[in-house]
Amino acid sequence: MQEILDISFDPILSRKMLERVKEIALEYKEKYGRNPAIMEVCGSHTMALARSGIKKELKDYVRLISGPGCPVCVTDQKSIDAMIELSFGENRIICTFGDMIRVPGTNYSLMKAKTEGKDIRVIYSPVDAIEIAKKNPTKEVIFLGIGFETTIPVLVVALKMADEEGIKNFSMWLSTKLVEPILRTLLETKEVKVDGFLLPGHVSIILGKNSYQYLIDEYNVPGVISGFQPVEMLNGIYKLIKILISEDPIIENDHRKIVTNEGNTSAQKLMDKYLQLCDEAWRGIGVIPKSGLDLRPEHSHLNAKEKFKIIVGEPRKTKCRCGEIIRGLISPEECSLFTKACNPLNPIGPCMVSSEGTCAAYYQYMREE
Amino acid sequence: MMNDRISLAHGDGGEMAHQLIQEVFVKNFGHYEQARLDSALISLETSKVAVSTDSFVVKPIFFKGGNIGKLAIAGTINDLAVSGAIPKYITAGFIIEEGFSISELNTIVKTMAEEAVKAGVKIVSGDTKVVERGSVDGIYINTTGIGIIEDNISLDPSKIEAGDSIVISGTIGDHGIAILTERGELGIMTDLNSDCASLNHMIFEVLQSRSNVKIMRDPTRGGLATTLVEICEDFNISMEIAEELLPIKKEVQGACDILGFEPIYLANEGKVIFIVSNEDEEKVLSILKKFEIGKNAKVIGKVIEKGKGQLLLKTNIGNTRRLSRLSGLMLPRIC
Repeated sequence: MQEILDISFDPILSRKMLERVKEIALEYKEKYGRNPAIMEVCGSHTMALARSGIKKELKDYVRLISGPGCPVCVTDQKSIDAMIELSFGENRIICTFGDMIRVPGTNYSLMKAKTEGKDIRVIYSPVDAIEIAKKNPTKEVIFLGIGFETTIPVLVVALKMADEEGIKNFSMWLSTKLVEPILRTLLETKEVKVDGFLLPGHVSIILGKNSYQYLIDEYNVPGVISGFQPVEMLNGIYKLIKILISEDPIIENDHRKIVTNEGNTSAQKLMDKYLQLCDEAWRGIGVIPKSGLDLRPEHSHLNAKEKFKIIVGEPRKTKCRCGEIIRGLISPEECSLFTKACNPLNPIGPCMVSSEGTCAAYYQYMREE
Repeated sequence: MMNDRISLAHGDGGEMAHQLIQEVFVKNFGHYEQARLDSALISLETSKVAVSTDSFVVKPIFFKGGNIGKLAIAGTINDLAVSGAIPKYITAGFIIEEGFSISELNTIVKTMAEEAVKAGVKIVSGDTKVVERGSVDGIYINTTGIGIIEDNISLDPSKIEAGDSIVISGTIGDHGIAILTERGELGIMTDLNSDCASLNHMIFEVLQSRSNVKIMRDPTRGGLATTLVEICEDFNISMEIAEELLPIKKEVQGACDILGFEPIYLANEGKVIFIVSNEDEEKVLSILKKFEIGKNAKVIGKVIEKGKGQLLLKTNIGNTRRLSRLSGLMLPRIC
């Protein structure tokens, strides 16, 4: 593993790879008269591409479109308002991943509620929330479970623990999202032209290479599964353009040491035991049928939505264009709030808060001034 | 007594307070002649004095490579040393939570005494307050240090010019990752030690070598990037550092990759940055490398121009991007 890391960091190799990507992108342009349009599905890729300088360096060669794969960013405003509302109840401890805490709701954020004395705790593993529940038997402990397939298995491990140990004062407010339905939606609405996908290595560990076959069979759009180091991403982009030029679309696994064809089947089984498909609302897109997972009815005692009735009104509209950014329609500079009214200290939308958000990536790594 | 816990009576100025002072503080710190009145009386043979104060609230109190006491001494000593001062005296104020273990307090105080001896400073004044359980988290320490600036020492940041070298005395981010992993909340484990150390002897030798050092800073909270951004803005100069030159331990880089952090924004507690004229960079490096705490010293970049006040990072793929202060909290990513 260490050896893999070292090669991926090699600056000389990175620069060589960069030149190769530029060459093949020019070859593509010669053939098709435009730059290839590649969507990096995952927020971690967006961040890593911006941080490493690759996004900037390839600007005139490859159209890199930031995709919908940042879980905080795609959570719709009403869900966020509901999670914040949840924290106002008496005798509750809200546990959350750090990114959520500063996401602005219509009137409040979890951070503001915390400052005013609500018991809101940032934890790094949902299992820690179980420990908190055990130590506080007179309080209701609720974990805000958001995430894609990378995170969902970790959520389920905590659910399993609470279930098996019979912990009564623990529940989860789930707002999970799945990769396949959102990619299908993007491809079917055709709002943005995507020639190929840079697919995230970590999600693919769970899903496996075969799970992307629908991209080929139904949409004829290729993808390359890639890691997050500069050399890995450059190699992924290179291979993707090569596939595009060959006009023989396939899913290529460029992260083969870690990602298998079938994925992590025991994680998949565990998810299936506790969760079932549900309709989920996506920011800027609306409800996509069967695009998320929620608790099965037999585990409703672990479902915070069943335990606590939360009613929230329609969210206030702002000029925030996170919805269009998630759909790949605009880049952050095109939003009138970007760097002016909206910045990491005063975020208007979640894409500026999340450590995987496109706006945060552009703010931190891509600003010229 | 060592098996006992701190009670409110230990802070009331009466018999128990006296006992605690004798058995923990005086035993470890000694009782210098300067410290026999309500104030410490000290004489300094210099016209220029440096004073610095800092409070320490680190959690956990004990970590690999140190504890809050070591940090409290080294932190203040380093602030003095990077200002060009020779640290001489230090004061220590303790705010302790009721119920805190006296044996742990003794360990902390002993570490402070050892670090002070190592650094050649005397702890000459102190104070202890005990507060109700829940009012503070274990123990907080404030230290104030006094140092002298010798007449022949003159650091002049206004003389920084294009071509000057940026030198760092060792690997970055060690303290940040050591503390984060020690908290046990991240689910990753490392054997990484905090770099917490007093830098004054090493810095003294550099200054004695008559190297043309323009400014020194210790990149603590906010890390290397934030410290360099401050220098750029304060003195209106632009600097460029190169990603491939940054000394980063594999454990630190690995943890950062998993957690979504960047080593350049992580805290250090035993590192110093020098901006030195290009012709003296080798001289500074060779002095630093004589010390265990400076053996990984490296040139990481240079001053590129006056004006603009920007810090640039040359990435491994060869382009540059501007670095800004760390904004918002350092939150780990979730997927």
